[in-house]
Amino acid sequence: MTQQGVRWTADQVLALAPDAASRKAGSKLGAAGPWSEAGSSDEGTVWGLCKGSGSKPYQTVIDIADASGPAYKCSCPSRKFPCKHALGLLLLWAGGEGSVPPAQQPPDWAQEWIKGRRQRADEKRTVGASGSSTASVDPEAARRRAERRAVRVTAGATELEQRLADLLRGGLADAEQAGYGMWEETAARMVDAQAPGLAARVRELGAIPASGPGWPVRLLEECALIHLLDQGWLRRERLPDALGDTVRARIGLPASADGPPVRDRWLVLAQYDTADTKLTTRRIWLYGAESGRTALLLSYGAAGRTPELALPVGLALEAEVSAYPGAGQLRAALGEQFAPPAPAVTRPPGVTTTEATARYGEALRGDPWLDSVPVTLDRVVPTPDGDSWQLADVDTDSALPLTPAARARSGLWRLVALSGGAPVKVFGECGHRGFTPLTAWPEGQGEAVQLC
Amino acid sequence: MNSPSVPVDSPPSAWEELVTAALLGTDRRTPPGCAPGQEAPLVLLDTAAVETVRRRAGLRPAPAAQRPRPAPEDPRPALPSAAARRLGMLLTDRPGVGGGRRGTAPDLMELLPQWLATANDRGFAPPPQSLPALLDAARGRTDLRPAALAFAGPRAVWLARLNPDWRFALRATPGGGAALPHLDDPAEVQQLWQEGLFAERVALLSAIRAGEPAAARELLATTWATERAEDRLMFLDSLRSGLGPQDEPFLEQALADRSRNVRATAAELLSALPGSALAARMAVRAGTCVALDHTGEAPTITVEAPHECDAGMERDGVVAKAPAGRGERSWWFGQLVEATPLGTWPGRLGGRTPREIVALPVADDWQGELHAAWCRAAVRQRDGEWARALLGSPSAPEAGGPGAVSLAERAKLLGTLGSAERAEWVGGFIATHGLSEAFQLLGICTVPWAEPLGRAVVDALNIARDAGSYPWSFSGVMGLAERCLDPTEVSRLDGLLAVPDEPEDASPGAGGYWAEAFQRLVTTLRLRAAMLEELEPSSGSGD
Repeated sequence: MTQQGVRWTADQVLALAPDAASRKAGSKLGAAGPWSEAGSSDEGTVWGLCKGSGSKPYQTVIDIADASGPAYKCSCPSRKFPCKHALGLLLLWAGGEGSVPPAQQPPDWAQEWIKGRRQRADEKRTVGASGSSTASVDPEAARRRAERRAVRVTAGATELEQRLADLLRGGLADAEQAGYGMWEETAARMVDAQAPGLAARVRELGAIPASGPGWPVRLLEECALIHLLDQGWLRRERLPDALGDTVRARIGLPASADGPPVRDRWLVLAQYDTADTKLTTRRIWLYGAESGRTALLLSYGAAGRTPELALPVGLALEAEVSAYPGAGQLRAALGEQFAPPAPAVTRPPGVTTTEATARYGEALRGDPWLDSVPVTLDRVVPTPDGDSWQLADVDTDSALPLTPAARARSGLWRLVALSGGAPVKVFGECGHRGFTPLTAWPEGQGEAVQLC
Repeated sequence: MNSPSVPVDSPPSAWEELVTAALLGTDRRTPPGCAPGQEAPLVLLDTAAVETVRRRAGLRPAPAAQRPRPAPEDPRPALPSAAARRLGMLLTDRPGVGGGRRGTAPDLMELLPQWLATANDRGFAPPPQSLPALLDAARGRTDLRPAALAFAGPRAVWLARLNPDWRFALRATPGGGAALPHLDDPAEVQQLWQEGLFAERVALLSAIRAGEPAAARELLATTWATERAEDRLMFLDSLRSGLGPQDEPFLEQALADRSRNVRATAAELLSALPGSALAARMAVRAGTCVALDHTGEAPTITVEAPHECDAGMERDGVVAKAPAGRGERSWWFGQLVEATPLGTWPGRLGGRTPREIVALPVADDWQGELHAAWCRAAVRQRDGEWARALLGSPSAPEAGGPGAVSLAERAKLLGTLGSAERAEWVGGFIATHGLSEAFQLLGICTVPWAEPLGRAVVDALNIARDAGSYPWSFSGVMGLAERCLDPTEVSRLDGLLAVPDEPEDASPGAGGYWAEAFQRLVTTLRLRAAMLEELEPSSGSGD
């Protein structure tokens, strides 16, 4: 593995920026000017001195070897994280060997921090391994807490059933007039009932009447699925274990990733963020080259902060992941990592559009509330279809339409340009709304291209 | 609905009945499958839940639409990977909002033009996924368009057909990109010329003109009579490249055109041909206006401007109506001299060389008018000797101040000289007159600046700093220097990076700002050097 090979792209670096201002400030610093004594090591450390307004340059060091995301240290007074100096240095490093040459040994100040950091990580790991049993200090108290919560969720689900029945009795047409407020209030009741999953679903109902033609069908579908979830909770004792776990996860009850750790060479297929006012959610899709499994890592950041976990698309890491409980659940947690991420040479195997929809259909059996499944499509051509776009199989007459959200993104045009009318391999999410492309590979040779 | 496709084997009527009942409410409409005594809303929700999951699970792909025709092959070699990354960075850097001090960081967007020019010189193809960002950049900055579109290549034209935001690329693609037929296939050429869109026809004509001037003129002649006036104007303009004596008959004929603009353009082109009949007619007219008077102590040029603009003059492109605020007679006179072959004057003025002619005194304040017209003629006829004479010595006092020839005219005159001569003249100018007037002149010098010019600019900046002014008085020149100085000159700047001790009379803090400005200059030059190195054909292929 050469150092040159694992350098990130500017996009990957800029994805770490906590906000637009730091992104801009970081870009400005991503040039050789203010930097001196910059270097990088094979172990994944990047360091440099950045001249600021003071007489003493800032000492900036970044550890990119850790799969749980890069770690930063900078002697500047900024409270942003990572600061513009860390972003600038990473950009400089991403730019090529000229400005951040590979060196054998980091300077002392960087070395010290790295050593301390690695040590703490090791300690945490050993404590974590032995500490899992001590975590549940008092199983009896925990059981009582869970019971109390179950009672509140049951009350919430019962109330929600009542509200849905009232809605259907009066007709959905009335819901159009009732507007957003009604749903907001109901959602707040579900938050009180400690059922965040129900609350989120109810909140989304509020937006449907304004979502354009066909809204009654979508509103009925979503109401029916909430009803199904309520009923699943109320009769959870009678459900098979796996489905019961899925219901609990969909309601929003806490669970821990207690599945057996799977060690594999995990390809990073996609990484993208969605944000609302309070929370940034980062989704990272992984594909296990040997197990053939697809796993989803979730990472959260409070408003204005990037989630900490960052895995650039196109890399692969040797690591363990453990699944969360529930039938058809792909969510997993990243465990021990055995080597720093390195460029992936393999691509995930793909399927046809017909196989993709079949896969979604099958997944619904385990989890009827599933909106989409991750799928890699093989040999598809992005094809204009009226105002919309679809991915058409090159060998058959079948195609998957893109979701409205995917059509509006700039990634669509990168995909079209990459294809140039020729078949490409596309990873994305396939569901009842259509297909959302996230990453693509050109025919023949060529690196993964991020579309999100 | 947005689902991939409608499930095939679900009876649609049952679902529609459910939706209708849900819309109206179960108080008004009993949902299907609801027996008496059952809670109608719950039955409806139960049924809808089963149907929803069933419908989703039964989704099939949609039929494929007509696939786009594949993009044409781009035969150019791919960019080295380091250069591809650099391009990504240059394209991500959007120009900043607001003004203010720029600090020490380079403005990446300003480097894009040079990057594109070099990539085009070396003949690389862009990574396909960068095309949307390239097209967006070209859309926002028209000055970037020609280079960006040339680099973007045939696939960008293919892409632009699919996105109305990029339609400009179809109009603006130099040479029409992939749209041009093989120029050696007369049938294809004829077909495109007869049936093509206007932009395609202009592109075709320009492409042929570039290779075979006569063939382009002949092609144009085949349809000339039937073209619309504004199209004739554009087509005629394409003859500007490769203009030669063989074009004269065609242009003479165009002097009788119905459209005044076409006539004016034809006249302008003819006057740029010193051997043309039009040029000879103009020479006769101008000759009667200018004479040498030997009656005084020294020979002096006297000017007798025309008293009328007759039909013959108008036919030869002289515009009769003077713009507001200009005397008619001097207006006509200027046009006559501008269209007169410069070779006429030595014979008319006692066998003197251009330099001697320019040095002659001119009676009655006609010098400004006469010299300005000679400047325009020298530019139009691309006459280096006259340009040199009119430019004069760069260190002459009048070169920097108000003189017979303005800075704008000097800039145009410099354009007729070779790049080395140009750089030397501008360097000499800066050495004498400093930077404040030099901006316009620097803009026309070839990039990277030749060594004497670069040295003159750096020295002048150094002098300006020592004089105690602020660097932003020179921000225009600084910006140019960042883009145009030869990166190998970086070592010359090392001594300027430190913050100097502030002298008593200097502007407060200026030293620090100058150090910052020079740091940015050095940073930018280093970055440009790195950029160019990455674009070396052999680099980036590994160790």
